[in-house]
Amino acid sequence: MITTLDVKPDLAKAQNAAAGASKFCPGCGHGMILKTLAKTIDELELNERAVFGCDIGCSLLSWNYMNLDTVQTHHGRTTPVIYGVTRANPGTVGIAYMGDGGGLAIGAQHLVNAATRSENLLVIVANNTNYGMTGGQMSPTTMPGQKTETTPYGRDCEVTGRPAKAAELVASIADPNKSYVARASVSNLRKLNTVFKKALKNVADGGYSFVEVLSVCPLNWRTNNEGTWERLKTMEECFEVKEFLVKEGLE
Amino acid sequence: MVKKLITQDTRMFLTGNEVIAYAANAAEAEFMYGYPITPQNEIMHTWCKLLPKTEAGFLQTEDEISAGFSTIGGILAGKRAFTATAGPGNVIMQDAQSMAEMMRIPFVCAVMQRGGPSTATVIYAQQETRLTCFGGNGEGFRIVYSTAGHQDLYDYMIKSFNTAWKYRFPTFMLADGYQGKMREPVTLYDPKSRGITMEPTPAALRAPGVIGVDREATHLRNTFNLEEELMEQLDKYQIDYDKMSKEVEEYLEYKAEDAEVLIIAHGIVARSAMTAVDELRAKGIKAGLFRPITIRPLPVEPMRKAVKRAKQVLFTESANGQLAQMCLEKLYGLTTPYQTLFKMGVGVTGDDIVAKVETMVQEMANV
Repeated sequence: MITTLDVKPDLAKAQNAAAGASKFCPGCGHGMILKTLAKTIDELELNERAVFGCDIGCSLLSWNYMNLDTVQTHHGRTTPVIYGVTRANPGTVGIAYMGDGGGLAIGAQHLVNAATRSENLLVIVANNTNYGMTGGQMSPTTMPGQKTETTPYGRDCEVTGRPAKAAELVASIADPNKSYVARASVSNLRKLNTVFKKALKNVADGGYSFVEVLSVCPLNWRTNNEGTWERLKTMEECFEVKEFLVKEGLE
Repeated sequence: MVKKLITQDTRMFLTGNEVIAYAANAAEAEFMYGYPITPQNEIMHTWCKLLPKTEAGFLQTEDEISAGFSTIGGILAGKRAFTATAGPGNVIMQDAQSMAEMMRIPFVCAVMQRGGPSTATVIYAQQETRLTCFGGNGEGFRIVYSTAGHQDLYDYMIKSFNTAWKYRFPTFMLADGYQGKMREPVTLYDPKSRGITMEPTPAALRAPGVIGVDREATHLRNTFNLEEELMEQLDKYQIDYDKMSKEVEEYLEYKAEDAEVLIIAHGIVARSAMTAVDELRAKGIKAGLFRPITIRPLPVEPMRKAVKRAKQVLFTESANGQLAQMCLEKLYGLTTPYQTLFKMGVGVTGDDIVAKVETMVQEMANV
């Protein structure tokens, strides 16, 4: 006889239980990032102040993931929608959630200018080094030699340039008196929780935060568990996991 | 709450761009998001200069893409927010405008047309007519008022906010560089004094109430999984659009009742046409004007009636027939012949129209 365990999933208050089964592919990093984010929002009790925005690409599948007021926007356009909200309604903890394509390619002008102005919001870029939803093309963060649909023989940096370093870029232009900039990884969710905590605290106090999260895309990478983990470790060598800019007094 | 500057009727001599900023304040607009592009810049210049008195908000964004999307953010946050643009800016703002169409966001934008295609001229044109009515990857679920002078700019800017919030279709006030830069006398007034009450602007994000206690979380999206799911939504929009059209359609007829030659023109060209009509009538030629004020939706029934009454029709525009194409589709089945006077990106004068109509009277149109 088969018996099933009647164990309810461990959902954060900021997660939408009614959303049902995960829309993400098996092994995807988005679920880990979003769940960690939701738990952090609970911990800081920001549920009533938060507005969540998601981009196009796989991140759009989070349009009803959060038990928060949410808006799904266009390709690369989540940042301006969310700073539009926080400018109009100060006190809102705005979160703009996107992938590496939305953040660093089609929406790069918003990333750069929101950082320069140090707009009051948290920008999260889930970096999985390729375009997931459109089928695994090269993105600005594709690593040297990495095979994608548009670099089938490996990324040749002589032809396509070097991988973009979002956190370094943002840290170099954001206002040090207002900003928190870090890179984390789904390999360490406790650390990610700590990073989100600082990032959200800073935004709740009127600051600008940017968190790049190294994530995984087993489907387009065509990797098994072991291969996915290995790829993530390679990414962590290519993209330094650390805090790049911490406003004085932020803990 | 913003402070209103105009509390009693005030006669002023202003550029059109200044008029628009004053009108937005009169309409209790709370926030402008914008990006510089000629010939609409003085809308934001004036708006910014007035900020200490109005206590409204302003953000100069990094481009028109972000101006459009941050305007959407402001509106979703429950503010009466707006933007303005022109030419290539209008082109790249289509991204945000189509999102507003899909999500029924009351987006308000003043478009001050300049020459096109491309960068072209910074001066004047009527070449954003089609773009403003039907831009984006959608069906043109938009409302477009075409103004013909400074009093119009004031009246229709105020009206645009209420139309947008009442019907929840993106609403545009389509003007041009001539109107933006020219000075004219205009009467500024408090909308209340004309019996106009501003529509409320409820917040979609962070609405009152605790999530999970007083209300559910709001999840706004513009993506659908199934073709049929999308069509079902758009069919509903079409029903709303058709219903709204009857209430929103506006037009102006000038000596059109007994006109043998009916001129169809919009915007500032319609004003040239009015002087031409007077001149032609003085010469014994029965000319008249039909000016659609809403060019999307078009006032189809009155336009058909006017065209049916006339012996000939003249379409004239500072474009290559962008309005004419939209009208002709709606005039299907009528046999009144027509001619055209199109000057791409160039102003049409009363003299141009008089000369054209005189030739039409001598040699009847055969199209």
